[in-house]
Amino acid sequence: MKRWLAAYAVAFFAFLHLPLLTLAIFSFNSSRFTVWQHFSLTWYRAMFHDPQLVDAAWNSIVIALLATVISTVLGTFCAYALWKKNSRLLTGSLYLSLVTPEIVTGVSLLALFQWTFRWMHWHLGLYTVVLAHIAFSLAYVVIVVSARLRTVAPSLEEAAMDLGASEWQAFFYVMLPTLAPGIIAAALLVLTISFDDYVITSMVAGVNSETLPMVIYAMARRGASPVINAISALVTVVFGAVILMFERMRAI
Amino acid sequence: MKLRSWFLLPAWLWMALLFAAPFLIIMAYSFLTRGVYGGVEHPWTAESYQRLVDPLYLEVFLRSFVMAVVATVLCLLFAFPAALFIARAPRHKNLYLQLVILPFWTSFLVRTYAWMFLLRDTGLINTALLKIGLIHAPLPLLYNDGAVLLGLVYGYLPFMVLPIYATLERLDPSLPEAAADLGARPLTTVFTVLVPLSRPGIIAGAVLVFIPCLGAYLTPDLLGGGRTVMVGNLVENQFTNARDWPFGSAVSILLMALVTLMLWLFLRRQSEQLV
Repeated sequence: MKRWLAAYAVAFFAFLHLPLLTLAIFSFNSSRFTVWQHFSLTWYRAMFHDPQLVDAAWNSIVIALLATVISTVLGTFCAYALWKKNSRLLTGSLYLSLVTPEIVTGVSLLALFQWTFRWMHWHLGLYTVVLAHIAFSLAYVVIVVSARLRTVAPSLEEAAMDLGASEWQAFFYVMLPTLAPGIIAAALLVLTISFDDYVITSMVAGVNSETLPMVIYAMARRGASPVINAISALVTVVFGAVILMFERMRAI
Repeated sequence: MKLRSWFLLPAWLWMALLFAAPFLIIMAYSFLTRGVYGGVEHPWTAESYQRLVDPLYLEVFLRSFVMAVVATVLCLLFAFPAALFIARAPRHKNLYLQLVILPFWTSFLVRTYAWMFLLRDTGLINTALLKIGLIHAPLPLLYNDGAVLLGLVYGYLPFMVLPIYATLERLDPSLPEAAADLGARPLTTVFTVLVPLSRPGIIAGAVLVFIPCLGAYLTPDLLGGGRTVMVGNLVENQFTNARDWPFGSAVSILLMALVTLMLWLFLRRQSEQLV
């Protein structure tokens, strides 16, 4: 039984990791076909020389950074306020926003933006993508920071206020430093979620706001280009590093 | 104003402007008439909801439901032994858990593309099988229901492993030992002791897998190649190619209602258990 279980575990972990691993290996293949020839960095070079790809990657980075900063700040405030006194309506809607199918979030935000544009002569663009990303990432921040808050004793803040700190001072000088690892973890998580999103982004993106996942999607649809293997491998390595940092921060 | 009120203000604004308002708008759109060039027009009508009971669209809902159920059952079958292995591992538990979570947090799009890379006609599996002469023409592995199920299972497997692991980990180890002492064989112990006792984890995992599978869009789109349409694809199609926003909105509302119902039933069950 024990041996069977161990053998199964090997197969299970292989199933989880082999697809990404083979993809990464073949990103170094010199041939454009799925037959191994020899090691080469051709596809990595091609990736950095494709202006469409580089532009899209920049867009993705800008969007992810903006969305991360804004949603982390707002989410931290919200988690702290809910920690002081819970609001079932707000907590409920945060959870509901988490389980809403992405495509529904996408089309409803598109409908909202188009409806607003009836009165204002704005157009879909980078800022609509940033707004959409804040909309879906806020709940993640609240959950991660709330988990951290649950380990904090309320007496910590009370002590600061007994010693003469105002509510604001207690928050900024006592609570924020205590929560820092949780807040950083939340930011790292949102960074990856925002950078990766295709479904919602593709619905609300304007003409000049193509993101990296949109380009990857289009390339995957068109068929075999080993350049996607290279992008995929790079994205996987960067995401892996960010997530390991996230786990480290949560463990503090 | 108190600090707490200042801090809650942006969150309430978020909820009102980016969550409640979009939802109310598609709710209103679902009762309007389709515009000639997309968008919506007056008059108000319930026509979109009447179209939902068309067998064509009911079938899409039914198919999504079946796909989500099958994906959930497959996840359970694959995840349970893995969770049991991790829970029983004498050491490296954290490493194993990290190995489960890590691929899950890498890009969803990249993970889905990885399966396209493996399964398509010129993909790794077909190329390898052709090379060793096992087959003479590429097998149609991609763009079918099987590929979509594989993608869904691969995508949401950790959602099933983690809650089952959490309940197995908390179990009193003397329980399976008692079963063994009383003469139960290992497999009998698993099915008569461990599986029933890990029910809370199994149910939590099933809900966590079922909900995203029901509303999946990217996986059926990329791995199903348009042949297997799930509800998510129907919504997307109505808002893009078909340009029928009222109908797309009605489908979204129904999908949201189903998801909310699932979540509510689950949470109610959870709170009953706590009492």
